[in-house]
Amino acid sequence: MSVAVAKPGEVKHNYLNAGDTVLSWLLTTDHKRIAVLYLVSVTLFFAVGGLLALLIRLELLTPQGDLMTSENYNRVFTMHGVVMIFLFLIPAIPAVLGNFLVPLMVGARDLAFPRLNLASWYVYMAGGLIATWAMVNGGVDTGWTFYPPYSSSYSTSQVTLTIIGAFLIGFSSIFTGINFIVTIHKMRAPGLTWFRLPLFIWAHYATSVIIVLGTPVVAITLLLVAVERVFRLGIFDPALGGDPILFQHLFWFYSHPAVYIMILPAMGVISEVVACFSRKRVFGYHFVAFSSVAIAVIGFLVWGHHMFTTGQSVYAGMVFSLLSFLVAVPSAVKVFNWTATMYKGHIEFRAPMLYVMGFLGLFVIGGLTGLFLASLATDIHLQDTYFVVAHFHYIMVGGTIFGYLAGLHFWWPKMTGRMYPEGIAKLAALIIFAGFNLTFLPQFVLGYLGMPRRYHWYPEEWQMLHVMSSAGAALLGIGYILPIFYLLWSLRNGAIAGPNPWGATGLEWKTDSPPITHNFEETPIVTEEPYAYENHHHQEEVASGTGASAAEG
Amino acid sequence: MKGVALLPDTASTFAQQVDLLFWFLTAVTVFFTLLIAALVLYFAYRYRRGSTASRAGAKETDLRLEIGWSMIPLTIGLIVFVWAAKLYADAYGPPPDNALEIFVIGKQWMWHLQHPNGIRENNELHIPAGRPVKLTMISQDVIHSFFVPAFRIKRDVLPGKYNTVWFTPTKPGKYHLFCAEYCGTQHSRMIGWVYVMEPAEYEKWLASGGEARPGALASGAGTMAGVPTASLVQAGEQLYKQLRCNACHGAADGQRGPSHYGLFGKKVKLRDGTVVVADEAYIRESILRPLAKVVDGYEPIMPSYEGLLDEERTLQLVAYIKSLKKPLQTAEVKP
Repeated sequence: MSVAVAKPGEVKHNYLNAGDTVLSWLLTTDHKRIAVLYLVSVTLFFAVGGLLALLIRLELLTPQGDLMTSENYNRVFTMHGVVMIFLFLIPAIPAVLGNFLVPLMVGARDLAFPRLNLASWYVYMAGGLIATWAMVNGGVDTGWTFYPPYSSSYSTSQVTLTIIGAFLIGFSSIFTGINFIVTIHKMRAPGLTWFRLPLFIWAHYATSVIIVLGTPVVAITLLLVAVERVFRLGIFDPALGGDPILFQHLFWFYSHPAVYIMILPAMGVISEVVACFSRKRVFGYHFVAFSSVAIAVIGFLVWGHHMFTTGQSVYAGMVFSLLSFLVAVPSAVKVFNWTATMYKGHIEFRAPMLYVMGFLGLFVIGGLTGLFLASLATDIHLQDTYFVVAHFHYIMVGGTIFGYLAGLHFWWPKMTGRMYPEGIAKLAALIIFAGFNLTFLPQFVLGYLGMPRRYHWYPEEWQMLHVMSSAGAALLGIGYILPIFYLLWSLRNGAIAGPNPWGATGLEWKTDSPPITHNFEETPIVTEEPYAYENHHHQEEVASGTGASAAEG
Repeated sequence: MKGVALLPDTASTFAQQVDLLFWFLTAVTVFFTLLIAALVLYFAYRYRRGSTASRAGAKETDLRLEIGWSMIPLTIGLIVFVWAAKLYADAYGPPPDNALEIFVIGKQWMWHLQHPNGIRENNELHIPAGRPVKLTMISQDVIHSFFVPAFRIKRDVLPGKYNTVWFTPTKPGKYHLFCAEYCGTQHSRMIGWVYVMEPAEYEKWLASGGEARPGALASGAGTMAGVPTASLVQAGEQLYKQLRCNACHGAADGQRGPSHYGLFGKKVKLRDGTVVVADEAYIRESILRPLAKVVDGYEPIMPSYEGLLDEERTLQLVAYIKSLKKPLQTAEVKP
């Protein structure tokens, strides 16, 4: 029986205690251990990115650039962007939660290519270390967007090294994407048809397709910048016969879909959590599933909305604007469906559910402020101002990080076998919500007033709003530090979770917590629809400790 | 802390139009944010675990709802799209005929502005209220972006290519000018002021060669306006003669090169059969990279002036060539 309750004093066999040497971790091909390796690494890089953000907010407390030189300020905001996007936001949910859960959710023993999975972590770390090395050795000052000719012909910072780092990190995403696509196609358990898949899997499938199609383009584009920089081959710099706008087309062809690489997995998490804590099937399952696919497809056709002010043709601008309004529709459909899922549910206020409720509010603001930027005339004014900064932080922090934290808390018992402390986790969620809004709401106002982004100095009349934003950042920092402490604390002191502490549906809850190395004692057979919460009664399950899966064993 | 700003100045006709759209979008945002927040909180309270509210008739999906909440955002999106696209096409389209033409050169890290009568300014721009202003802009190094929040106007300033934008200032005053595209170390110091003046005051300012500075105009960021020795066109004419452009480009189409008289705005047929409009960008390219677009009937023999002319002198040549009208006119003609 897969979920026998451990007798007191008996240490159960699981993936965590399958080996305790350093080598057993560094050479593991177990997707769950690789997920833990990624968890530790992305958390470290998140801390670095967060500290850089704190430096930015400290500097902007006063209008005069007086804490650091302009040179250093430019390096700090560039590295904040590079670290947060390439080393945290893109890998966070897929490489940590996705890695851990995709095989469990489809009822497989591992991903299709376990060694490729390990290679992805090594490539990620190599890229991360090269980027860190570049940071320590002078840093880079081009902005995370690497626009030439500044990046290729003018900057004197570590552009080439950083680009090599980003290039490598791109390959780690590609490896993960290929692994997910093949696993989801070929390794689903018997009876697990496409429309019985959890929406988390649909979201990761769509994400993987974007990764595999888009990442090679940005990798080559960044390499071309390095080639122009090192060999003075004219590609983007007009002085050498190149075209700087060509770079922007190629860069955003990946980097706009990359936004969806960052947000789609979070949407997958939201679907799982909202269903579980509403004890209901996700409303409009098919619409939520296909909206992920629609976002992936249309998301590839909107890159030009980053370039409305560059001088691209007015008609091109109109096409990109129209498509940008279209891509907003599937996101809106998702939000309405999640909200409707709560209708007539049995809602339980656990920390992951608080993050979901926060996500809904913040993602709506992030999405709707995107309309200001998709709209051609208002974008002329708002492009490259703090309005854009606030907008994408509502999506990236309010969306992705809230989704990530919801997921991390929701599956923490599965990953570690221990419960996190509920009270302080809820407190942290509230602090993060308050701190986040205090940080970024004033930035919408600043942007409308005309405050350009990437400014070290700014006019005095905007200080008040900057002070509010910096105060919010301090609060947000406290909110982020709390989980690091209580989650670590719970590893030893948390209550024993048992296989299914939330009474959730889904195959990952039908095996031990933490799962055994091969995930399932025997291959599960799926006979019911996803989120069949009407068939599961939480109270009974908790009482028996084993629930439905015990009957199978 | 000096004052607290919550609303930007509104000082151009475009700004008034954009603000209307901006506030419409803000209303949409606030409405839907409150709607979702209210529903989430209400459901969370009413259907909390253990509450006695009836759950009868809960559905798993509803096609009419799905269609409804797809169509509402789509409709709002399409309305905003059309509204915004019209304004955009105006601002980035051709300016009215009476527009005052200013040339802008961006370089790390300053703005250099040239008036048609030859007045030059650094990091300051003086313009009259009520008259359309057209900016023709180019960068000497990296990408910059010319941004005046009070006008709601922004346009990237690219190396190697002219970009244009126009607007009509409405309200006299002193407004921020920013570089909005990150351009390196002193990006946040690539700033200045735009002075919108009453037309009469502006005339006085012009007549004094940019010396008459109304009010407290002495700003630390700006430098003194250059006293004009010659108008842009006159400077261009001098350069034209000095470089002996007229040796090949005469009053009428010659053997070696086509005439420049009446060239501006004309459709030009190229050797490869394509037809281009002779705008500022075309003239500039033909001076710096003559072989890129060779006129039909001519050999690719013109030498390149790339590296010999900086953007300022190229602008003067372009201004002079633009001023050459058909039938034959003397070079004194002002644009």
